[in-house]
Amino acid sequence: MGARSQVLRLVRRASALPFPYSAPTTPGGVEPLPSKRKVGADYETDWARRFPARLARLALLEGVMRPSVAALGAPERAGIDRLSGLSDGPVIFAANHHSHLDTPVVLTSIPEPWRHRVFVGAAADYFFRNRLTSAVSALVIGAIPIERSTVTRRSADQAAELIDRGWSMLIFPEGGRSPDGWGQPFRGGAAYLSNRCGVPVVPVHIEGTDKILRKGKKVPNPANVRVTYGAPLRPMEGESTSRFAERIERAVAELADEATTDWWQARRRAAAGATPSLTGPDAPAWRRAWALGDRSRKRRRQTRSWPKL
Amino acid sequence: MPRPGFVLDVDKSTPPILFHHGESFRLERLPAGRSRVVYPAEPLEPLEDVDAAIRHALDNPIGDSPPLRALLRPGMKLTIAFDDISLPLPPMRRPDVRQRVIEAVLDLAAEAGVDDVHLIAALALHRRMTEAELRHAVGDRVYDAFAPHGQLYNHDAEDPDNLEFLGTTRHGEEVEINKRAATSDLIVYVNINLVSMDGGWKSTATGLASYRSLRHHHNVRTMQHSRSFMDRHRSELHSSNWRMGEVLRNSGVKVFQIETTLNNDTFGTSGPLSVLQKREWEWTARDRAAFIAMKAGLDRLPIKARRKIFNSWQAPYGVTSVQAGEVEAVHEVTTQNTFAQQLVPVEGQTDILTMGLPYICPYNVNSVMNPILVMCLGLGYFFNMYRGQPLVREGGVVIMSHPTTWEFHPVHHPSYIDFFEQCLAETTDPLELEARYEKQFAEDEWYRHLYRTSYAYHGVHPFYMWYWGSHGLQHVGKVIIVGGDPRAVRRLGFSPASTLQDALEMASDVVGRDATITHLHNPPLVMADVS
Repeated sequence: MGARSQVLRLVRRASALPFPYSAPTTPGGVEPLPSKRKVGADYETDWARRFPARLARLALLEGVMRPSVAALGAPERAGIDRLSGLSDGPVIFAANHHSHLDTPVVLTSIPEPWRHRVFVGAAADYFFRNRLTSAVSALVIGAIPIERSTVTRRSADQAAELIDRGWSMLIFPEGGRSPDGWGQPFRGGAAYLSNRCGVPVVPVHIEGTDKILRKGKKVPNPANVRVTYGAPLRPMEGESTSRFAERIERAVAELADEATTDWWQARRRAAAGATPSLTGPDAPAWRRAWALGDRSRKRRRQTRSWPKL
Repeated sequence: MPRPGFVLDVDKSTPPILFHHGESFRLERLPAGRSRVVYPAEPLEPLEDVDAAIRHALDNPIGDSPPLRALLRPGMKLTIAFDDISLPLPPMRRPDVRQRVIEAVLDLAAEAGVDDVHLIAALALHRRMTEAELRHAVGDRVYDAFAPHGQLYNHDAEDPDNLEFLGTTRHGEEVEINKRAATSDLIVYVNINLVSMDGGWKSTATGLASYRSLRHHHNVRTMQHSRSFMDRHRSELHSSNWRMGEVLRNSGVKVFQIETTLNNDTFGTSGPLSVLQKREWEWTARDRAAFIAMKAGLDRLPIKARRKIFNSWQAPYGVTSVQAGEVEAVHEVTTQNTFAQQLVPVEGQTDILTMGLPYICPYNVNSVMNPILVMCLGLGYFFNMYRGQPLVREGGVVIMSHPTTWEFHPVHHPSYIDFFEQCLAETTDPLELEARYEKQFAEDEWYRHLYRTSYAYHGVHPFYMWYWGSHGLQHVGKVIIVGGDPRAVRRLGFSPASTLQDALEMASDVVGRDATITHLHNPPLVMADVS
């Protein structure tokens, strides 16, 4: 008998034990007690900023994450030179989000001096749903929990405090991975924190991770990945958070255009206000899926998805 | 915000339900579709500043009463009476609320220049409190200031020189109470209202009374007409005490009543016993581990060690209200505050009432829960935890869970032994027991001696325990004890069963196979408001 089936048998046997040896079920019509939230948005991640955890994270980043990412995608980095005008102070990296691979791809491609002093804003309800995932998320990617359904004071305070202490932040303003290959509207978190802490936002576009491990897929397939860094953005005088968030989204869309065409075409379209939207056409699902082919670097240059009639 | 109590309809997803079982526990699965469980409310928020609340109550009395400080004057005779060891259950963590109230009263008495102060444990026919128990109740400061001078002591209901006959009620009930209290210029009564039965005129008219006076309401007829004795307005026990209160008032006895209520925090929200206060489907992994470890440990310990562990538990009760002033007005407010914690609306009666009896009742603090007390706790107290109508229908079945060992505390309960061995061997009918044996036990010189000089309950006390359950005995068709010593259970006139399933099978002979079942998830205390 294989070890896997033995483990499964043990798990089945443990779950068949009677109460109180196994967890109780809740009777019908009774509202379950809200859990005492030591996980989720209330999870304390201070320990992950201490020296032993940082050392462990460095080892994991360089010893495990980087070789794994290289094996799957060997990301091509572009636009690093746009960050040269920045001081060594903290910044907010705001990227589009297709895949669980986005975080390791960006973390391993962020240039020094920010690479080893960065934390990730991660969905509280997903990455911090129990103590184990919370600890792993905090240790491996230095994550802090962010409520994605509402902007809570606790999430914002925690992020702002870390930025004030000199930590840079990686955030995916879409609030979750793309469900269909197209992007989602950017939320205001990055813009708000930039405004509050007075730090620049670096737009980042990730291309190709959806081919490796898109949402819903279990096994990764190697593919080409490109990470493009844009010019740092700062809130303008009198600019609201939502306006600034739109500007960040537009910047990422321009980087996407640049990644799928070339810099010049992208700039011309941007100047004409014709940069393709990250969120795709407002059309039924099948047409959105069809139009997705146009965004592929390969397809754009060689073939058309829609036949000429 | 504490959650109110509620009635759970048992379905297939309902986990096994906790039954207290003496110094241990049982987890019992109730039949889905025809069972329900009455859960107590969570502990109400306690007062933030109890001492301030006490001072406020003394200065702002309820009813027709001046503030306490206006009643105190130099040269007066002041008696402070307080509830005995039977309250609260289990004993509360220090400082006991009685200590806080008594110290506040004594502060005012000292300010007013009152010199003649006595403190009396109002224990009626209960056993005398030991020094340690008195110290726990009133605090070391009060004990050391009064006890060495003979000014803090237990009430003696059999001391003819220290009892005062005050007259009879319009029903012919004789009123005789402690002489020192009766002849004082003011009695300040310090009460703990754990259940709605406590307090009011019952404090003075029962707590400080003699057997001559008590027998008028501690009898079978009164108890059978108290439906229930937790509902003052439908309780003959209370009506009798209120009539006696009238005699006290007309005799010139002035009582300044101070009543306090506690919340339901019996086992704490953290710590080893906190799991007993949680609803089963909310038990965390830690709770379950604590429960498994606790039960496994307890089941392997000898009974004396188990008793010692449980008797050492002191509840972290929080004080929820303090009210003072005129007896009846105060008690109305107190009762409402008690109900706010304990009352749970329940629709309709049930065929079978189940209850898990814990290790403690009012009469075995630091002692042994003997079979008579098992009957009293189940059919006396738990059965009577209702307002409106009994939880179980007339002719229904009561199933209690308790080891019910043939064991008695020889110092505390000497007359119980004889009552169990002699009287119950003859009959279990309360009326017959009352008629044939009560006088003999009540007037027995040896029991009287032990009550007065040792730490024994009065000779008549086991009869009162039996009477306490007489309304329940009269009402139900069958009583079954799960997990009890079969000999002892049969002596009580009940049926023994090894498991709850067996008990339900036995009950089906009386109430049919599809009988409805209601479990009273008690303690923490819950009282059913049955519509």
